[in-house]
Amino acid sequence: MSEPVLLGIPTLPPPAPRGVGNLRGEESFPRAARRALADSQLRRNLSTATRTIRAKRAAVVAEVPQWEELREAGRQLKAHTMAHLADYLVQLEEQVTARGGIVHWARDATEANRIVTELVQATGADEVVKVKSMATQEIGLNEALENAGVAAHETDLAELIVQLGHDKPSHILVPAIHRNRAEIREIFLREMADVDPDLTDEPAALASAARQHLRRKFLSAKVAISGANFAVAETGTLAVVESEGNGRMCLTLPDTLITVMGIEKLVPRWQDLGVFLQLLPRSSTGERMNPYTSMWTGVTPGDGPQEFHLVLLDNGRTAVLADDHGRDALHCIRCSACLNVCPVYERTGGHAYGSVYPGPIGAVLSPQLTGVEDNASLPYASSLCGACYDACPVKIDIPSMLVHLRALHVEAHRAEHRTPTPEAAAMAAAAWVMDNDRRWARSIRAARLGRAFGRRRGAIGPLPLPVLKEWTSARDVPQPPQQTFRDWWQRAKADNSE
Amino acid sequence: MRVALFITCLADAMFPDAGKATVRLLERLGQSVEFPQAQTCCGQMHINTGYQQEAFALVERFVDVFEPYQAIVAPSGSCVGSVRHQHEMLARRFGTAELVDRVERVASRTYELSELLVDVLGVEDVGAYFPHRVTYHPTCHSLRMLRVGDKPLRLLRHVKGLELVELVEADQCCGFGGTFAIKNADTSTAMLADKMRHVLDTQAEFCTAGDSSCLMHIGGGLSRLRSGTKTVHLAQILAATQEEPMGGRTTSLSGTSTARPPSVGSARGVQ
Repeated sequence: MSEPVLLGIPTLPPPAPRGVGNLRGEESFPRAARRALADSQLRRNLSTATRTIRAKRAAVVAEVPQWEELREAGRQLKAHTMAHLADYLVQLEEQVTARGGIVHWARDATEANRIVTELVQATGADEVVKVKSMATQEIGLNEALENAGVAAHETDLAELIVQLGHDKPSHILVPAIHRNRAEIREIFLREMADVDPDLTDEPAALASAARQHLRRKFLSAKVAISGANFAVAETGTLAVVESEGNGRMCLTLPDTLITVMGIEKLVPRWQDLGVFLQLLPRSSTGERMNPYTSMWTGVTPGDGPQEFHLVLLDNGRTAVLADDHGRDALHCIRCSACLNVCPVYERTGGHAYGSVYPGPIGAVLSPQLTGVEDNASLPYASSLCGACYDACPVKIDIPSMLVHLRALHVEAHRAEHRTPTPEAAAMAAAAWVMDNDRRWARSIRAARLGRAFGRRRGAIGPLPLPVLKEWTSARDVPQPPQQTFRDWWQRAKADNSE
Repeated sequence: MRVALFITCLADAMFPDAGKATVRLLERLGQSVEFPQAQTCCGQMHINTGYQQEAFALVERFVDVFEPYQAIVAPSGSCVGSVRHQHEMLARRFGTAELVDRVERVASRTYELSELLVDVLGVEDVGAYFPHRVTYHPTCHSLRMLRVGDKPLRLLRHVKGLELVELVEADQCCGFGGTFAIKNADTSTAMLADKMRHVLDTQAEFCTAGDSSCLMHIGGGLSRLRSGTKTVHLAQILAATQEEPMGGRTTSLSGTSTARPPSVGSARGVQ
């Protein structure tokens, strides 16, 4: 693609700005993970929940004989859309406008928050109901509205739990996955004004309490804010899939509907939904079909919201699109299958990632949106086991993208600093040794002889492997053998030729 | 067939017995094995830590060294995974179109041990004898990068005397992940703890796998626990026979012994 030119100087598209939104954590992944790992309640909650969803997903995926073909169709549709994104976005704007909607273009989180806040203020409302939406979590819309004196009420049950708990979401699909029902009961008792004090922690009782709490909001709210799972360019149709029906209430009852959508959520044709509406529910909730699929096209007189605004959000996405090796991350349909199968996510939970996008896809997408140096520890938050790639319904090769981002990080550091990190120095030394088989042979022979004099500090020969304290905290170090393989081979060859 | 052994840097320096066993096994099956001395490392450690420029020289070296051979075998799913799935990327980024072609051709002839045995040589019963209770951990890269599937299990099921015990949640990562185990040591340890629990639940004498790296990780943990279960490379089990039981060491044994040298009459191609 051609690069944008500013005053004759080619510039890369900007990343998501700092100081707004929820894409950057306050500490590195290993540091945050350590705290999460020490929380045994959290470990139990996560382990139980991810295992349950994993098993459900595996069962419903196994019953689709053409699952691999579906995944490939999803991948190709997304790749095609990204290759023609500018054209499809303009088509979407034309179609939405022609059907009575108003389209707004937001360069970043700051612009999107300002646009939405002004739209809400123009209606005179001081409260809004919200459909669960990653895009609005990403830009920190609730905080922006609150600063403008507008109360935003989350209506998705899990988002409500997070909001009432003054907490942050820890999962794309199940934002309160880190909470168990006893904790949820406590939050409800503490935060819901008129909740029954005898509330039990039975799921049905908790859901009923939330329903009564939310019903009043649905009936009084004049403005709703949603995200979108899909937008169809050829018809201007928006789609939200959900399980609870709260979204349907928000999308139909209020007078004004404002939808904030990442620019990558587009599909070209109506029929393309047929692929994604099969892939998404099976991958996300492990259901054959989600209970509610709401679609709307512009404004229908006398039916539903009479004012519809679509805010198209960039916030770093164009920068991702400009990266040959990284743009596939924009194919993500936010199903969270990769989170549920990830051995790292299962143990650390979502908060350790610092961003609203946790897990394997978050470890890719967050640094891509912010620029890799603002989330430099995330590409390393993976053992590259590859379970995410297998689970992804649109075949995003997450491990390869993590490896790519690691290179971007190393090379960015190298470009900015004269002094190499200790790791960079060790890697350069190892490469130097390994680029010559005599040096290599001497080096590993020396490591073997070194065993007579005790452990060398920091490394065995050129391998920065085991003797580090991070390793020895839980694992013993193998002693170097008496003879390297190549020395044994030489000896054996000599013996045989005698 | 001219089979070249790619020993891998880790096995060369730390786990030579996996390499010796690979040689012994392949020679028993009638193959002539050569060990090109100019080989060092596939570069995976560098690539996966972000040091692609440093790794590129190792990719070029790999191609130069192994291009003359009809088949290249390594006792490591992970290193073969790097050769088959990462070398081309580096060649495209830093090399010429000609190098990309060469990399692709060499990569297509590079096999993990169980692939060479089952797919190329067409054997499942390698005539091994190993009278022990064994569980098998499918390493992530052999499972999901190379898709070796049940090939290692098919080989193990033919080993006489061997009692194969299923490992619960076998497809879960052991937490090694190269420098992941250092950079994210706490998370890695949590993953290792669960893997060890499942291994110990099998009450197996040996946990085997096709990668010395993952075995070093699991074995290092089992050794720390002073558990009786040892780790051993798949090649060492397949190389063992009634006449010549497993030589060499397992990761949680402190002592070592040397295996018998191969009949290196076949090593004419050694440089």
